[in-house]
Amino acid sequence: MSALLEVEQLEVGFGSRTSAVRGTSLTVERGETHCLVGESGCGKSVTALAIMNLLARGGYRRARRLSFQGNDLLKLDDRGMARLRGNAMAMIFQEPMTSLNPAYTVGSQMTEVLRRHKGASQRAATDRAADLLARVGITAPGLRLGQFPHQLSGGLRQRVMIAMALMCDPQLLIADEPTTALDVTVQAQILRLLAELQRDLGLGMLLITHDLGIVARVATRVSVMYAGEVVESAATAQLFADPKHPYTQGLLRCVPVPGKQRQDEPLGSIPGTVPRIDPGFEGCGFRERCTFADASCAHAVPQQTAAPGHDYLCRLAP
Amino acid sequence: MSAATMVNAGPKRGWKSLSTWIGAVIVGAAMICAIAAPLLVPHDPFAQDLAKRLQVPFWMAGTDPAHLLGTDQLGRDYLSRLIWGCRISMLIGVTVTVVSGLIGITIGVLGGFFGGRIDDAVLFAITTRLSIPVVLVALAVVGLLGTSMTLLVLTLGLLLWDRFAVVARSTTMQVRNLDFVAAAWCAGCSRFQVLSREVLPNIASHLVVVATLEVALAILLEATLSFLGLGVPPPLPSWGLMIAEAKDYMFFSPWVIVIPGVALFTLVLGINLLGDGLRDLFGARTDT
Amino acid sequence: MLNFLTRRLIVAFLVAATVMTLAFVLTRLSGDLATSIAGANATQADIEAIRKAYGLDRPVLTQFFDWVGRALTGDLGNSYFFQTRVSTLIAERMPVTLTLGVTGLVIALFVSIPLGILAAVREGTSFDRAVQMVALLGQAMPSFWLGLLLMITFGLQLGWLPISGTGSWQNFVMPGVVLAFSAIPALTRLTRAGMIQAMGSDYIRTARAKGLSRASILLKHALRNAAIPVVAIAAVQLGFMLGGSIVIEQVFALHGVGFLAWESIAKNDFPVVQAVVLVLAVIYVALTMVADLMNAVLDPRLRV
Repeated sequence: MSALLEVEQLEVGFGSRTSAVRGTSLTVERGETHCLVGESGCGKSVTALAIMNLLARGGYRRARRLSFQGNDLLKLDDRGMARLRGNAMAMIFQEPMTSLNPAYTVGSQMTEVLRRHKGASQRAATDRAADLLARVGITAPGLRLGQFPHQLSGGLRQRVMIAMALMCDPQLLIADEPTTALDVTVQAQILRLLAELQRDLGLGMLLITHDLGIVARVATRVSVMYAGEVVESAATAQLFADPKHPYTQGLLRCVPVPGKQRQDEPLGSIPGTVPRIDPGFEGCGFRERCTFADASCAHAVPQQTAAPGHDYLCRLAP
Repeated sequence: MSAATMVNAGPKRGWKSLSTWIGAVIVGAAMICAIAAPLLVPHDPFAQDLAKRLQVPFWMAGTDPAHLLGTDQLGRDYLSRLIWGCRISMLIGVTVTVVSGLIGITIGVLGGFFGGRIDDAVLFAITTRLSIPVVLVALAVVGLLGTSMTLLVLTLGLLLWDRFAVVARSTTMQVRNLDFVAAAWCAGCSRFQVLSREVLPNIASHLVVVATLEVALAILLEATLSFLGLGVPPPLPSWGLMIAEAKDYMFFSPWVIVIPGVALFTLVLGINLLGDGLRDLFGARTDT
Repeated sequence: MLNFLTRRLIVAFLVAATVMTLAFVLTRLSGDLATSIAGANATQADIEAIRKAYGLDRPVLTQFFDWVGRALTGDLGNSYFFQTRVSTLIAERMPVTLTLGVTGLVIALFVSIPLGILAAVREGTSFDRAVQMVALLGQAMPSFWLGLLLMITFGLQLGWLPISGTGSWQNFVMPGVVLAFSAIPALTRLTRAGMIQAMGSDYIRTARAKGLSRASILLKHALRNAAIPVVAIAAVQLGFMLGGSIVIEQVFALHGVGFLAWESIAKNDFPVVQAVVLVLAVIYVALTMVADLMNAVLDPRLRV
């Protein structure tokens, strides 16, 4: 049986000036949490939006393969894609404060998904919405259904977004930095909730984050993105134990580990910023910030395999 | 990377845009007509010749080559009156804008700069001004005090300052809170110095855009008032007055109202095109 | 919300009071009203008689407070020319003006909202540019001239519509279109801008991620939010239209309030002039309050 989501050599660009994603490949299996990590601007969100075909106007996507449950998503037209979205594949976003429509009640926004995809009656949809609100830990769901988004806190709104995404029992949930905009305590709650739901419902989840702490706690597999490319991909334990790509190594040095980190020892950081990648850019995107870089890094970079299921994109030997 | 940061090529803006240039050419031509009207007119725009009434313009059969755009109901040369009318329109448009600009900018900057009670008063003045029906009040003033150019300019100037005030107020508020203004305060500049050296130069571009649009509005209003018989006093050839005087003949000779109307429409359009171009050029906001 | 409404009411009252004062001052600008009412051939005795009859011999402040006091009870004085109560005159003429204004607004909304939506959906295309061009052309169009052109074309040459009068609904078609023309540019631009902003918002991305139909995304989710400023401006535009109808009533010989005002100005009938100014201003202020209320209905964030 094919994987839940397979992405091969995905490229995304906006206009003719920038290419946001260049040749990203990743696979999400049923029931696993695949984390996509990287710093802001590396193309994580764009990858997710491209998978859902939700790119803003002027954005285009190309891929060798983009399949969901074995079906080719590239062949689907807008309507076909709309039938899948919110139904078999759902997405939640980084900005809970603005992602709900301010003009409609929570209930109205939740029920319309089920009514649209499953043809459910308003009553059945309302019941399901109330059940799901309770499931994501919202007390007094009946009251919340009648409220408007501005009457809810950010954490509550994100819970509503999650419940809304679950309305049609999706197979795949794409969560784009779902906790970034929230308070730290709320972050932990939402994260625990997502992990729980993923386990209980057997969801395949693509979780986008820049927070390695989150990755360590919930991920089955990790793909590290840099400048529009997946530079390293491995099972979580493997990646944390034996990072191969200099960028991954740098990223891990930036995470303080309680107990191991000495008080007087400075925390690691990676100098420089993500370069702007124009079409026609060649070689390793990290070379200007990499301590190991030499002249050969300006040319095509080989993909190497450190261990089965652990690939990375660098000329350095394993 | 957020998907919202997409690059939109979009239509060309500012001086790269054809419409800005069209606007500039129209406005430039109108300015030449206005300034050099006495040199440009082929005939005396006030000279009547009752033997040559309602001569048709050049594109119709039986035209008189001496009168390219024909003559009006009193036999006055239409082209000459049109050029002279442009002078009147531009004169009124610019002077009204100067008057309304002085009032509106003063009020708006004061409100935006000082805030508090002063700003409340300014907002109240703007609200009151907006609730007054402009055409009606202008007509009433001119109707009661008699038609004269000076009176017309003062009346319109006293009525049309609202957009200046709104834009001056909001832009001043924005500028007031910027760092370089804070720096000027800290450097010990007086209120007057901060206002004249820091605030005004930084809101000027917005006000220039408003001014262009106000010139267009004033020209339209003058034409409207003249059309209603309470604007520019005859026999001055205002375009609105030309349309009013020609109205009785329009069913038989439609060109008598078409010619001044097209002139008015083109000039106002040209000024608006130029104003839009300047707005894009300056990146100014003028929505009220 | 209640607090907000009270504040608005107080401001509205103050605006009305200011306009009253201005309207009074306005009509006293010409100096001696009695002389101008009596006309050029009047004798000194005639002028004195008029001054007495209309109470113009009293101190100006007394006249002012008398007018204000009466206006508060709905008595706007008597017309010199028509020899009837001003309030009756205005009440008689108001239906024509209101019909004209509402017709104009309805036409304007029916044209500008679809145009604005389509232009926003096709942002940057030649259709969008065409719509923006039409808005620019509309802005530059002198309404009285457009009225005359329509009269020549549809009234005389095609003979489809009556040129003047208020006999049937057809009489309101051309004036309504002309009046609508003055509001269409602003409303179209606002709808377009609102839709573009809404379509780029996060909640529209959510709606798309939910797999909703294009119609639902556009008309339910985007338009509802884009409509909020449009509704507010539409109410205010109606106020401007009623004020601007004086020109169109004149062109099409519609005997509404604007026409009344024009006649009264020509005849120095100052009680009518100051009353019409006041009534139009009060209507405008009331409409802005209606706009605020409609905003509160449309935007749940304003309801508390």
